[in-house]
Amino acid sequence: MYKKILEKYEPKKENLISILHDVQDSNEQNYISDDAVWEISQYLNITPSHIHGVISFYSMFSFKPRGKNVIRLCESPPCFLRGSENILAKLRQLLGIKIGETTEDGLFTLELTACLGVCGNAPVMMINEDVFGDLTEKRVEQIIENIRRRAK
Amino acid sequence: MKFYRSHILIGIDDESLKAGVKRIENALRNELEKYELADEINIMETGALGYFGTGISMLVYPEQITYVNISEEDIKEIVQEHFLKGRVVNRLVLEEKITGMYDYNYKGRIVLSNSGLIDPEDIDEYLGTGGYEAWEKALAINPSEIVEIVKKSGLRGRGGAGFPTGLKWSFTAPLEADQKYLVINADEGEPGTFKDRLIMEGDPHKLLEGIMISAYAIGATKAYIYIRGEYKLCISRLKKAIEQAKKYGLIGENIFGSGFDLDIKIKIGAGAYVCGEETALIESMEGNRGTPRAKPPFPGVEGAWKKPTVVNNVETITNVPAILQNGADWYLHFGVENCSGTKVYTVMGDVKLPGLCEVDMGTTLRTIINQYGGGVKEGKKFKAALVGGAAGVFLPNKLLDVKMDYNNLKEYSAVLGSGAILVMNETADIIDMLWSVIRFFRHESCGKCSPCANGNEVLFKLIDNIRKGEGKKEDLDKMIHIAEMMNLSCFCALGQSLLMPVKSAIDNFRDDFLEKIKK
Repeated sequence: MYKKILEKYEPKKENLISILHDVQDSNEQNYISDDAVWEISQYLNITPSHIHGVISFYSMFSFKPRGKNVIRLCESPPCFLRGSENILAKLRQLLGIKIGETTEDGLFTLELTACLGVCGNAPVMMINEDVFGDLTEKRVEQIIENIRRRAK
Repeated sequence: MKFYRSHILIGIDDESLKAGVKRIENALRNELEKYELADEINIMETGALGYFGTGISMLVYPEQITYVNISEEDIKEIVQEHFLKGRVVNRLVLEEKITGMYDYNYKGRIVLSNSGLIDPEDIDEYLGTGGYEAWEKALAINPSEIVEIVKKSGLRGRGGAGFPTGLKWSFTAPLEADQKYLVINADEGEPGTFKDRLIMEGDPHKLLEGIMISAYAIGATKAYIYIRGEYKLCISRLKKAIEQAKKYGLIGENIFGSGFDLDIKIKIGAGAYVCGEETALIESMEGNRGTPRAKPPFPGVEGAWKKPTVVNNVETITNVPAILQNGADWYLHFGVENCSGTKVYTVMGDVKLPGLCEVDMGTTLRTIINQYGGGVKEGKKFKAALVGGAAGVFLPNKLLDVKMDYNNLKEYSAVLGSGAILVMNETADIIDMLWSVIRFFRHESCGKCSPCANGNEVLFKLIDNIRKGEGKKEDLDKMIHIAEMMNLSCFCALGQSLLMPVKSAIDNFRDDFLEKIKK
């Protein structure tokens, strides 16, 4: 199933993290399935438990199916100072989910993250690969609404 | 070559891309063409312009005028007024005097000398600024001489610890090994730090040139840039830059007939602060969980795949080409005694102009905040600055005139760290901020050693109680005591560094804590 991705890389353990990124990005639900873990372990000749260990260690990887849009709101001190708690409350209200949960329509997953390195624009969040900075409650509302509208 | 009467530099970074900068650039091109100005006015894409929260910005040369918060509707007016009639559109001009990145009178722009000025995706532009001349020069001299030059220059690691770079190299350079590695630490995760991102986005070739020279100096034929997964634009620009350098024969086999081979690869991280620690970074590069290794053996002797490995920060290595080009004595002119050169700072929080600047080592905190950050915004008073990121220190008002360099700050039990300066105004709550710092460490502790895993848990409980108004007076000394124990017993710098924010917050702002406890 993931042959195309795997073949891009030499079968060496050092390529594991890059492979996991690609596998996860290619999945509609933004996660790494058990089947994928098994296939990768065969290709790299390492144990599935090692791969599980790696996936659970890094915050960008997930075992659980997630929404089409993974929201990662920064909770580090610079964003915290500029009001990330209010943004979090707004997001929870708009999406009706808690941290780590996915909306019923499968459109959004809400996560917290450590510093994204865009602190000049704090508070900041990432939605998939895009960075959104200088967040206000109003701006968050527009961003979510835009994604919802486009999904229809 | 074509000559233009004006150049427009458009800042392209993650933020402006999101704001639709490409659409505006297109509109600008079309409008210029409409008035047949396309042959007279050149549009160039460059990296971030160095200040934030100003929407889409562009810089016009030779006038040196910065337009900010540009929308599509403004394009017509800008072209008609500015480029057709020569009248500046005042309502869009950046009001605050920007001295930050664009302080041309400041001769010490070493790391950022091209950032925001050239197209980072075009190797020819870098060559046009004298790029890769230092690499050519380096290949003609003995590697050990380069180590000596860097040693003499006094360059120190810019990742936070400030270890002398030349000395670090001198441990690895003489070792005989079938393979040595140079690893660039671009896993910039320290909260409030984004200098390396802007260096890589703005001038990726300068980093590559630094890597080439440094790898040659230590005899490493393979170099890796370990870059955090979130930095998508950096990754794509570096990949492009490596391709271009390969095409020009700057890397590869038998470079310029010197007999030296070099291959540069990118490794991508996946979100773990601890991977900024050099041995954890190496573990991660090898495809493992990013937990730190026991030292010794140090990576310089036994690092990646058990081979001698030098790990250096992005900013450190970006200093190397200029040092080689101009000599160690030239570099020693910048900065202060025992701490030469410049430092790139990121200034953010309650300031008017969050952004980055490059200044001499030893510049005071006050100068950086007022001159480069535009001062505290909304006319409020300064309360504290968290200097050096989460693993940094809370500095109060009375230390504003402290000279910022690795040695001097030590006298105040402070650190320069990565160069992040988070400014808090009088309304900020230090207890809240310390809570946020400890929460960060609690989340990022890798769990390998118990002093860190458990210590963070206990510290968080204590600060959380104080924050809720349920703390006791004894808790303050207890927190410092625990942090001190962690400093002595934790396996790596992550757990060890908690002492700095905890102790500095409580020592410098004890009254704030006591007031919260009394309530």
